[in-house]
Amino acid sequence: MASIQYILKRLALMVPTFILVMIIIFLLVRFLPGDPAVAIAGDRASDADLEAIRERLGLNEPMLVQFWLFVTNTLQGDLGRSILMRTPVTDVIFERLPTTAFLTVYAVVLSLLIAGPLAFVAALNRGKWPDAVIRTVFQVGLSMPVFYIGLILLTFLAARLHWFPVGGYGDTFGARLYHLFLPSVTVALYTSAIIMRNLRSAIIEVLDAEYVQFARAKGLPNRLILGRHVLRNALISTVTLLGLSIGGLMSGTLVTETVFAVPGVGRLMLEAIFARDYPLIQGLTLTFAVLVSVVFLLTDLFQSSLDPRMRLS
Amino acid sequence: MTDITAISAEATPPQKTKLQLALRKPGFLIGTFIIGVSSLLALMPGVFAPLDPNFIDYNAVKQPPSWAHPFGTDMLGRDSLSRVIHAYSVNMQMAILATIFALIIGVVVGALVGFYRGIADMIFGRLVDAIITFPFLVLVIAVVAVLGPGLVNMYIAITLVGWVYYARLMRAEVIAQMGNDYASAGVVMGYSDSRIIFRHLLPNAITPVIVYWMTDMALAILLGSSLGYLGLGAQPPQAEWGVLIAEGRNFITTAWWLSLMPGIAIVLTGLGFSLVGDGLADLLRPRG
Repeated sequence: MASIQYILKRLALMVPTFILVMIIIFLLVRFLPGDPAVAIAGDRASDADLEAIRERLGLNEPMLVQFWLFVTNTLQGDLGRSILMRTPVTDVIFERLPTTAFLTVYAVVLSLLIAGPLAFVAALNRGKWPDAVIRTVFQVGLSMPVFYIGLILLTFLAARLHWFPVGGYGDTFGARLYHLFLPSVTVALYTSAIIMRNLRSAIIEVLDAEYVQFARAKGLPNRLILGRHVLRNALISTVTLLGLSIGGLMSGTLVTETVFAVPGVGRLMLEAIFARDYPLIQGLTLTFAVLVSVVFLLTDLFQSSLDPRMRLS
Repeated sequence: MTDITAISAEATPPQKTKLQLALRKPGFLIGTFIIGVSSLLALMPGVFAPLDPNFIDYNAVKQPPSWAHPFGTDMLGRDSLSRVIHAYSVNMQMAILATIFALIIGVVVGALVGFYRGIADMIFGRLVDAIITFPFLVLVIAVVAVLGPGLVNMYIAITLVGWVYYARLMRAEVIAQMGNDYASAGVVMGYSDSRIIFRHLLPNAITPVIVYWMTDMALAILLGSSLGYLGLGAQPPQAEWGVLIAEGRNFITTAWWLSLMPGIAIVLTGLGFSLVGDGLADLLRPRG
């Protein structure tokens, strides 16, 4: 079957990419200033202790051997111990990952809710004032840095008006929705601007397509045309765009988590960097790369299963 | 050879009418105006700023906006308006310095791998895949972590990651251009590879790269100020919009103007670059 072949080919292409990803992360961390052994044991450690740590981590081995150790350990799920948290890096990451995942999904849902209806309004009023207003607002939104939007929302809606909590992270699902609302809106404002722009032109393109004109000529009601033809086609391009902008979405999440003190992997990354926690930096960078490539893969498969033309290239 | 380029130039409408069309668009005009004013402030902040940006006045701490201090004063009594204006030098510099080296490296590498293909192109393809597998900001802050915080290291980090995007664009465009007759004509006439690549392919292939550059300058300001805010870019007491917003963060409920004003400068400048970018895209794209 063509699709299984396609999946296999796609997976095979990921192997050299991931070897390069591992090389980049390995080199980055080797170039971090300071002696990792000192970072782990502290300034007051004896030379013998430092030597023991270097031996244990394989820091005395040649670079190639070290790289091989890094790859084999990673494949076995061993990313070392965090200097900051004093626990295995995988534990720290898996503890924080659900929060970031929750925030990201929440933000995606919100941005669809914001962008979807507005894109329809803009597309159906193409060239008239509602279109102009919507496009201008989103253009300004795209020029706003994420941390600034977050700070404004935090100041006025949380600190001043007390509509939302200033920090913290709920225990139940409902409490989480409430606590993470402002952070999600912050991320969503940026993504919704991208989605709106794309969705608007996708809708306009479909509206102008011959099959939609034909459906209209047949006398199909507008509601049916929009639901059956326009929405479905616009959805494919939106999901693809969302999948491809996952990197930007995660960058936005990283900044937002810092602004709102949300305990996710993005904020953890900054904590790790300021603490020079090199096993944690290494593990987190790898986690981000794995997440992005999984989303890229899913996007590809989604697209190729809905649009047979994609399988050819 | 000049004949061939002359013909391709004639095929598109004369530049003058296109420029006139672009100038009639309000977005492009507003964008050009914003960038013009911003550049002026960036080049001569001392002329426009009422006070020294680092002048400390403990008798005028955290004053709200007034005639004497239109944007108020900060926790050390420094004049906020002067600090925001002086920050134009740093933040406008970001738009150039964080992008120009990535542009040059990307254009050269992209043109070369697009022209020669082969093993170099295959390796390039894998490298692009690997780099776009990292979220942009994650890779940039990881590189800044290696090099240490600061403006220069931030430029190096953004360049190390950013050139790939230019190279990818340039490569695709060069490959597309090579399908044209003028490229084959150059080969038939026995021109050297470098002459074909840099004198003939490059000028024809660079348009989308220039359009992308404009958008990238807006992104560079956003990224640079974000890194400043996170403590990884410009370092205090330097006046930089991200740093100013971070400084004001601790007094956000009592002295909101400290963080609000630099943010408006970011939004305006970013908007200016993206409006000019959109206008240029219309101006330079053959189908216009």
